Amino acid sequence: MLEVSGITQIFGGVTALDAVSFSMSKGDITGVIGPNGAGKTTLFNIITGIYHQTAGSVLLEGKDVSGFPPERLARLAMVRTFQNIELFGGMTVLENVMVGMHTGSSAGLLACALKTPWSISEERRIRNGARKWLEFAGIIDLADHTAGSLPFGKGRLLEIARALAVEPRIILMDEPAAGLNSQETVALAQLIKRIRALGITVVLVEHDMELVMDICDRIVVLNLGRKLAEGTPREIQGSPEVIAAYLGDDD
Amino acid sequence: MKRDLLLFISFSLLVMVAPQLFSGGYLMNVLVFVGINTMLAIALNLLLGYAGQISLGHAGFFGLGAYLSGILTATYGVNPWIAMPVAAVVVGCLAGLIGFPILKLKGHYLAMATLGLGIIMYIVFNETVELTGGPSGLSGIPNLKIAGVTFDSDVKNYYLIWGVTLAVMLFSLNLANSRVGRALRAVHDSEVAAQVLGVNARLLKVQIFALSAVISSLAGSLYAHTMTFISPASFGFNFSIELLTMVVIGGLGSIYGSFLGAALLTLLPEILRGANDYDIIIYGSLLIVMVMYMPGGLVRGIPILFRKIVRKGEGDHA
Repeated sequence: MLEVSGITQIFGGVTALDAVSFSMSKGDITGVIGPNGAGKTTLFNIITGIYHQTAGSVLLEGKDVSGFPPERLARLAMVRTFQNIELFGGMTVLENVMVGMHTGSSAGLLACALKTPWSISEERRIRNGARKWLEFAGIIDLADHTAGSLPFGKGRLLEIARALAVEPRIILMDEPAAGLNSQETVALAQLIKRIRALGITVVLVEHDMELVMDICDRIVVLNLGRKLAEGTPREIQGSPEVIAAYLGDDD
Repeated sequence: MKRDLLLFISFSLLVMVAPQLFSGGYLMNVLVFVGINTMLAIALNLLLGYAGQISLGHAGFFGLGAYLSGILTATYGVNPWIAMPVAAVVVGCLAGLIGFPILKLKGHYLAMATLGLGIIMYIVFNETVELTGGPSGLSGIPNLKIAGVTFDSDVKNYYLIWGVTLAVMLFSLNLANSRVGRALRAVHDSEVAAQVLGVNARLLKVQIFALSAVISSLAGSLYAHTMTFISPASFGFNFSIELLTMVVIGGLGSIYGSFLGAALLTLLPEILRGANDYDIIIYGSLLIVMVMYMPGGLVRGIPILFRKIVRKGEGDHA
């Protein structure tokens, strides 16, 4: 589904990522973990077209998408969420999700301004689609609230609902559990499993080990810009290198 | 949806009956300017209030529309109804071409670039004397005519200008509440999130910049054909700043706010005329007070003020 091969990123003189390669299978939940500064977020920014890597390539369903801008990746059904949620604060919750339907709709500037019958019916379709995703994320009761006034946990759910409205085949989540309390984290785990059940491939960067071990099918461990280990949660938990990286080496 | 339509219909009716209420010729003339300024403020608001991109050169596009219409009709004898769309298309294409490189810039840098653009256009109006008449202006621009009616009186011009202004308002209201309007506001709030969701932010910004220039050009053409005389002084840097003030005072991201801002800033100097030399001081102070106490602009500030007064009134009775 998604493959990164030989990704290297050098910022000034610092090598943030050093020839990282791995692949994620269709329909899986893949977790990318590692201590702070391991290069997880940098890797995410490269995959989603926000940074351009120094070397290496990103393959989406076999197609080289290296250097594609984010809006083009969205059209190829890849979407992401952000660590410190990026909502459209001045818009309502429903409108936020309606922006997610952008690629799935096509009325242009003139059609919108002249309210052609076709654009009106498309608008209705966008509205209904957006409501469907708010229901899916369990925040339909907040539809008319201003997004900027939401508590953090609800904002996270909104960001996920908005990303799902793109109808992605793959969704990347950057630390979805960051800032959530334990109840919210449990609900998030359920939501991510329901997303997988829709046939959507999920990739997440996460620090919450309990969550990662609970929901991930596969885990990739990064440390200091290199891939340290890769495997099932059980394999990772038993890996001496991973334990050493997290807890420090005794000898 | 229904409420929006009702509001627009009420507003239109008010505009249509206004000449019956105020019959003074001079006031009609001022209200014609309110209409032109409303169009210009809406044009700038689409760019600044919705897409979050500043322009300090919009008086230039207004002037370009006016001069293209003026020169085509007065010098080359082209029918005004043909000159207006020609001017709009030329200005739109020009804005699109300039917009691509310029809209890469953000914040203060975009402000500087558009400021430069406005100044260049102002210099062109002044210096191409054979075409524009230079600082002494261009005269003999014909009035618009339709089916034997010439728009040559204040009342006729009022209906002409406000007819177009209402159309521009409806067009912009529709746009604001649509797929494209949401994408604009999304780019404003978080460009990176909008892009991740598939919005081509760069192209969208250029599109709205061009549309904004087209509306300004249209206002310029109408201005030229109602005044029949234009000179560069109306299209300078000061007017770009005045437009910006209208948008901010009226309310960023509100079409009706643009009307309120345009109305206030056009009418205020007329009202303050009685204060002789103090008018500038009162004008300036009023603007400062309004920005301080109504940061959301008149369109949001007036309802809050109204509610406060009502509540205070109720408190006094108890």
